[in-house]
Amino acid sequence: MPELGKYAGEVLSAYGISLALLAVLVAVSLARGRRVRAKLRAYEDRKGAR
Amino acid sequence: MSLWEYANPKRFMQISAAVLPWVAGFGGVCLAVGLIWGFFGTPEDYRQGATVKIMYLHVPAALLAINGWLMMLAASLIWLIRRHHVSALAARAAAPVGLTMTVIALVTGAIWGQPMWGTWWVWDPRLTSFLILGLFYLGYIALWEAIDDADTAADLTSVLCLVGSVFAILSRYAVLFWNQGLHQGASLSLDKEENVADVFYFPLLLCIAGFVLIFLALVLYRTRTEIRLRRLQALMARDRLL
Amino acid sequence: MIALLRRDLTLAVRAGGGFGLGLAFFLVVVILVPFAVGPDTEILARIAPGVLWLGALLACLLSLDRIFALDWEDGSMDLLATAPLPLEGVVAVKALSHWLTTGLPLTLAAPVLGVLLNLPTPGFAWLVLSLALGTPALSIIGAFGAALTVGLKRGGLLLSLLVLPLYVPTLIFGAEVARRGSEGLELGSPLAFLAGISLGVAALMPYAAAAALRVNLR
Repeated sequence: MPELGKYAGEVLSAYGISLALLAVLVAVSLARGRRVRAKLRAYEDRKGAR
Repeated sequence: MSLWEYANPKRFMQISAAVLPWVAGFGGVCLAVGLIWGFFGTPEDYRQGATVKIMYLHVPAALLAINGWLMMLAASLIWLIRRHHVSALAARAAAPVGLTMTVIALVTGAIWGQPMWGTWWVWDPRLTSFLILGLFYLGYIALWEAIDDADTAADLTSVLCLVGSVFAILSRYAVLFWNQGLHQGASLSLDKEENVADVFYFPLLLCIAGFVLIFLALVLYRTRTEIRLRRLQALMARDRLL
Repeated sequence: MIALLRRDLTLAVRAGGGFGLGLAFFLVVVILVPFAVGPDTEILARIAPGVLWLGALLACLLSLDRIFALDWEDGSMDLLATAPLPLEGVVAVKALSHWLTTGLPLTLAAPVLGVLLNLPTPGFAWLVLSLALGTPALSIIGAFGAALTVGLKRGGLLLSLLVLPLYVPTLIFGAEVARRGSEGLELGSPLAFLAGISLGVAALMPYAAAAALRVNLR
């Protein structure tokens, strides 16, 4: 851990918030992608079965 | 073989599937190395102390917030002129990513500004322009969400993106004018390139590369999602007709 | 074109609501400001140009969705689209009638309300001039926003969100002219910018708005 001096709070919160925002964006994208892909696959399977 | 072949959704899906893991992987590695290098391996600035380390997030995010909009503008133009669906969907996919970048840039800027300028927020031209850019992103996303028919939505948002670009540039200059008019010479904007020495430069470059690659990976992934969604809708619509 | 303008104006005046609403809202905003800020005449005089511009802008925003909504609902928009008049012309006339029913009354009412806010005497002429130059731009940009959202059921909120960033340059230059006017400063450049925005917007925006309308009519 490097010595951040009196600005430790600022630097750490900036890193924390930014990385959290990125993580949320990635998670939302992945979740939506999975959901849509599952729906599409289910639909195509159903059509194939008929 | 022309560039436009990538606009075929099927080809796009094939190629993006092959490219995506590499882009995402490289992006993750670049960002991780850059951030760790920047966080642990760089000295403090003599004037700003440890807060320079915020730069490794702030500068790439700001860069991508602007270039994300430019990418959407290009995609909108391609959609309006050549009517390639992938292009319209890519613009849609990029908007939330761009908005997130704008928010990161604003938040890290505020956190950086607090100890340096003694305030979270000043109505500085740069900050204000970014706020307006964020509003444009919000309006663009809201318009996409509000319209049911996908082609109509793509057309309307493309027009909005074109008009918005013109007004974004206009606002940039208007804001410069406005603030100079109000507080003469009280510009707090830091010229970021000015005092970036080599020690800070290389990790910053890595971080920028990481952000760009991750942006690309996210846009590719989200575009793939949008294409699948379109296919699903099209299939369902066809079945209803039968 | 003139027939269409006359029809729109008659409708706006007769149907009530739209015509008076903007003015009433402007009045409310301006009268409430001293209660919120305090009765200090010096502060009021300083913020008067900005408050008047902001009030005019918000009052204008309030009536934007009426530009196309009524014609859209009763189907006359389809008739207008198939009429020999190009759609760009229809948009221009609609924006003009919106300005005549909101922007112009607001401009004329502004000096009266300026008295309430202790607007310095040299500011009155410039305030009226800046509003007269700027409100047409607000109407035309608003017509573009209304054209984008005309097909939506709950377009009002979205319309405000879309139009908000588009209004920024007009507001900056317009309020700057009024402010400099009231403080007796040189105001040539913001005035030129304001006029430039209005003219540019009047020349180009009808095309964008008509393109949006065509998409919505499809």
